[in-house]
Amino acid sequence: MVLTFTEAGIYCPAADAHIDPWRPVDRALITHGHSDHARWGHRRYLATEAAAPVIRHRLGDITLQTIRYGERLKMGDATISYHPAGHVPGSAQIRVEVGGEVWVVSGDYKTTPDGLSEPFEPLRCHAFISECTFGLPIYRWPDEATLAREINGWWLETRAKGQTAILGVYALGKAQRVLRLLDPSIGPILTHGAVEATTEVLRAQGIALPATIPVTQALDLKTHRGAMVLAPPSALGSAWMRKFGPVSTGFASGWMRLRGVRRRRAADRGFVVSDHADWAGLNSAIAETGAEKIFVTHGYTAQFAQWLRAQGYDAGIVQTEFGGETLDDTPETEVPE
Amino acid sequence: MKDFAALFTTLDQTTKTSVKTAALAEYFRTAPEDDRLWTVALLSGRRPRRSITSTRLREWAAERAGISLWLFEACYPVVGDLSETIALVLPPPATQIEKSLTGWITALRALDKADDPTRKDFVFTAWDGLAPTERFVFNKLITGGWRMGVSQKLMTRALAQATGIDEAELTHRLMGDWSPDRITWDGLITAPDPAADLSRPYPFSLAHPLEDAPETLGPVTDWIAEHKWDGIRGQLILRGGDHHLWSRGEELMTDRFPELAQLTDFLPHGTVIDGEVLAWNNAADTPLGFSSLQPRIGRKTVPKKLLTDAPVIVMAYDLLEWQGADIRDWPLSRRRATLATALFDLPLGLPLRLSPPVPAQDWTDLAQARATARDIGAEGLMLKRAASPYLPGRRRGDWWKWKLDPLTIDAVMIYAQAGSGRRATLYTDFTFAVRDGEALVPFTKAYSGLTDAEFREITAWVRKNTTDRFGPVRAVRPEHVFEIAFEGIQASPRHKSGVALRFPRMARWRRDKPVAEANTLDDLKAMLAQYG
Ligand SMILES: [Zn+2]
Ligand SMILES: [Zn+2]
Repeated sequence: MVLTFTEAGIYCPAADAHIDPWRPVDRALITHGHSDHARWGHRRYLATEAAAPVIRHRLGDITLQTIRYGERLKMGDATISYHPAGHVPGSAQIRVEVGGEVWVVSGDYKTTPDGLSEPFEPLRCHAFISECTFGLPIYRWPDEATLAREINGWWLETRAKGQTAILGVYALGKAQRVLRLLDPSIGPILTHGAVEATTEVLRAQGIALPATIPVTQALDLKTHRGAMVLAPPSALGSAWMRKFGPVSTGFASGWMRLRGVRRRRAADRGFVVSDHADWAGLNSAIAETGAEKIFVTHGYTAQFAQWLRAQGYDAGIVQTEFGGETLDDTPETEVPE
Repeated sequence: MKDFAALFTTLDQTTKTSVKTAALAEYFRTAPEDDRLWTVALLSGRRPRRSITSTRLREWAAERAGISLWLFEACYPVVGDLSETIALVLPPPATQIEKSLTGWITALRALDKADDPTRKDFVFTAWDGLAPTERFVFNKLITGGWRMGVSQKLMTRALAQATGIDEAELTHRLMGDWSPDRITWDGLITAPDPAADLSRPYPFSLAHPLEDAPETLGPVTDWIAEHKWDGIRGQLILRGGDHHLWSRGEELMTDRFPELAQLTDFLPHGTVIDGEVLAWNNAADTPLGFSSLQPRIGRKTVPKKLLTDAPVIVMAYDLLEWQGADIRDWPLSRRRATLATALFDLPLGLPLRLSPPVPAQDWTDLAQARATARDIGAEGLMLKRAASPYLPGRRRGDWWKWKLDPLTIDAVMIYAQAGSGRRATLYTDFTFAVRDGEALVPFTKAYSGLTDAEFREITAWVRKNTTDRFGPVRAVRPEHVFEIAFEGIQASPRHKSGVALRFPRMARWRRDKPVAEANTLDDLKAMLAQYG
């Protein structure tokens, strides 16, 4: 087997390396900087150049080697390469080749371009390990233009009512993607500290993002009426929010596709923004790999594997400790999608 | 249907009553008359007759989405709503059909006599020409029973805002047996003819639970006390030679209680009585338990045996119409006196009697009467201000229910099942057991009483502690004790435990109690002996 599934995570015996392991290991190949994939405690890390700054920012002083997209690296008997996953800036699928047999670990991925992440690259392989966070046909994402229209429309509406719009977004990826969708001519864009820190890291590596104003103690909020505030989901409904006076709250997530989740989440508005592939994206990505053997992980695995088997694939389920797993956990907790 | 779908979106996006009311009022001011009328009908629970089964809808949705039926069925519990599941799996619309709400309802009803291929063709065309929210609405029109999260009260208030007609008056106009087919907007709302619907009931007056000490209500002489009977609240209408019986839920129940028909021979036309329908033990002259009424609910005709085994009476509380005149603004004391006189001359054995007033010199007398209420099969007392008019709805001040504290028992959770609709992702329906030696004997289900946070916590626990599965039901490790509160207990051969509870709910999660301290089957039997 090119890859095996162990207690510590996905393991490549030929390279003696783990991919996104959840227990401390000697050599960790990291797909991207989200905390359920890039964890603390490994001896050596390998990640893309674009993912490295955020990983360093989050994990501090670690031994981190970088690799360019498409660069082939010999590791034991294996050849390793990283390819864009379209999930967040720097995110990668990891391709592992041993004796001509090719396996690909998708990491988290999204097939449609978001104008921010390096666009997803389909890879031919014999076996594909795919996430399926949104592996049910009820999940279909709107295009970026529709999203921009909806979010800016809401911003204009709240502004007209003298309210501040506060949008809950995950700090890495979603926040910056939404930033690029916002129309800065409507008003100032404020950021919560957690969002600002990650945004700064991405700016420093050369990603162009609109100007933002961090919300600090010193900031006079009265001069920023009608602003759009980007904050982590946990800040919605917290004491931190009260300082803005009358607000309208929004939440950006793939789960917002479901009316029940929108209502339970108790935000005024829900926007369907996800950094994961939707149903059509998962199916097209898998078809394009040409793989016969599919392992699914991360989400509606039972249903999705059954569906793939009905389509003629040899599909199995892999238990992982990646987050964002179920509908009921995700909206309430802080797992990045 | 765009404007109606937009109205739904506005209502759905807010929890603020004022915003909902304003949006509805605006719709009532601007929408075409027939659409307005249908909206009032839908929001008051009057739905067009169903012409397509949900089984067909599921099959067609799966086919149109290009997925297997099992996969569609796997989506449903995640979404928790059939209409929404369908709207979500369908491919984006290819065209745009412009048709009003009434237009769609009319078209759907015309399918009544169509064959299956015609219906399918119609539904596919509709799905293909409607935007996502419109699709959801369209599906809801088919599946029915949809109130859009708007209470009748909120709808009536919006209608009052839009028309300038008094809210209480509108509440009355909207009651009874009407349908958009047989009435116009003017006929229903702006200029109704009182003779048009002789069965129309008055809005029910409802009581608040008394939480403070009764002494806070002032002198006891200002109040009329009577027992709170445990049956089905009903409004008995005798007009134009006919009789009608309405439930509080505005359901016409006349056919289920044929023994009341004879009353038209003894009371004058133009009489409306508010009372409680009770199954009655004539020999003992006490009510039979609520479970004796149960066989009457949910059936259209009543078998003879039921009429003799569990005959019913109406226990009359109040008189709302007398000799054709609406007397709801008379003081209660005068209405009661008139009622008493009217019933006084009735021959014995008629299924109608006055709910006897409970005499009292002071509040202590009433406290005593309340404490012994269960002995005569009542749930406590009702306190009504003698000078009060009969007002619609639940208002504070004039009507109080002073109920007995519920009975309680500590029980062990043994099975869990996911809720439905919006609660489909949570485990909310539980089965509880009492101890019987080493065994656990299930005796009741309960699905309410916990906070959302507690439901989430127990849901996570259920997932990790499932020991077995039977379809949607999970057996769980018997570890948690809950205090189950209920209003009454009765023998029931249909239940393994031999008892059936009335209104069971989870009063408290007894985290402090180990399973070994939960109540026993013997405890339950002792309660049955005392209160059954
Ligand atoms: Zn991720
Ligand atoms: Zn992840």
